[in-house]
Order: sequence, then C-alpha cells, then structure tokens
Amino acid sequence: MIDLNVTEEPLDISSCIDWVMTPESGGIDVFIGTVRNATKGKQVLRLEFEAYQQMALSEMRKIAEQAMDKWPVHKLAIHHRTGTLQVGEVPVVIAVSAAHRAAAFEACRYTIDTLKQTVPIWKKEFFEDGEVWVAAHP
Amino acid sequence: MKVKVLAFGIARDIVGGSSAEIEVTDEANVDDLKEVLVAQYPRLKQLTSFMVAVNNEYAHGEDILQQHDEVAIIPPVSGG
Repeated sequence: MIDLNVTEEPLDISSCIDWVMTPESGGIDVFIGTVRNATKGKQVLRLEFEAYQQMALSEMRKIAEQAMDKWPVHKLAIHHRTGTLQVGEVPVVIAVSAAHRAAAFEACRYTIDTLKQTVPIWKKEFFEDGEVWVAAHP
Repeated sequence: MKVKVLAFGIARDIVGGSSAEIEVTDEANVDDLKEVLVAQYPRLKQLTSFMVAVNNEYAHGEDILQQHDEVAIIPPVSGG
C-alpha cells in the first residue's frame, strides 16, 4: 500500500510511521529531510519549495511502485511539503515497513534518491544577499 | 496552433509568469516546441537542462503535441 501527499501544511512524521506499521512488519525505516542552515559554507535563511502537484504525485507513485517491485515492502509513505520552510523544518518524510530491515532500508534509500532525480519539485534557497533556484544552472 | 505551456521554478521566472501561450506548427513535436521556447526565452539555454512534460508525463523529443495537451517546462528538479 502506498500513501502520497504534497501539501503546504507541516508534515506529521508520527502519522507517517503509524500508517506504515503493520502486524506483519519487523521494521520501519524512516527518512526525514530537514532544512539545513548553510549551503557551500553560505548561511541559508529559509527555503521555498514549489511543486507541479499532479505530476509530482504521479512520479511519486511510480517510485513507490518500483520500490515495492524491487523489495518485499509492506507499506510505503512519501510526504513532501511545499511553500516557505525555515531552518530545521521538514520538507520530506519517507516511511517504509517490511518484514526484514534490509528491504526497508534499501527501499527507503531508493525512494529518496529517485525522488530527488525525477519528482517535479523545486527548491529556492534564500541568502542574506540574494536567492537561487537549486541545481538550475551548471 | 497555440499551446499553453506551464512554467515552474526558475522557468517561471524566465517566462515571466506561470504559463505562456506558444505558437508552434500543427504536428509540432516536443523538440520543435523546445526550439521555439529557447528562441523566445534564450535564458532557458543557460539551464543545466530542461525537460518538457505532456499530460503529467516526461515527454520524448519526437512526441507530437496536441492543442489541448497539458504541457509544462520542467527545469532541473531539486525536491527532497
């Protein structure tokens, strides 16, 4: 089972964990992305995330389905936040349950790594002296 | 024909809005559209790359566009 969400509301980490928990599961792996206070040594004030909502959900679904094909995973949740986030806030939560930990770890890593490559969500970093869309330019 | 193209992230800044009406030839494919976009908005060329999505799917260069497709410029993604 797959649970996806792209929302402006703060993400609820424990509800992601509760949702993936099943009696058959022997473990849950959780990735929590957090807003870092610096990039390449430069202080970051805040981030802004923008999503192409419908396509983001459809790409997230593909990743979750691929992860469940590759590893014996029970449930997988991907929640991503949009809008303005301050340092320490949580833009992404991925939770994966499986009978054994190896599958949960690997599926979770695959999900976040692939999300960063394919899901149409964009991040803008705000500095004291300007702002920049991450990864836009070589 | 005119195609409505959505723009996100830095593409929205370059296009100067969240969408633009782009004139392409009938039977134009995605590569043709990208050529028109780059001619109209040269700053797109400076991006690491940009993709085009049609109806919420990453499109291939040879895919033919239809007038009522939902078309979007997808600059390099940076979620997570």
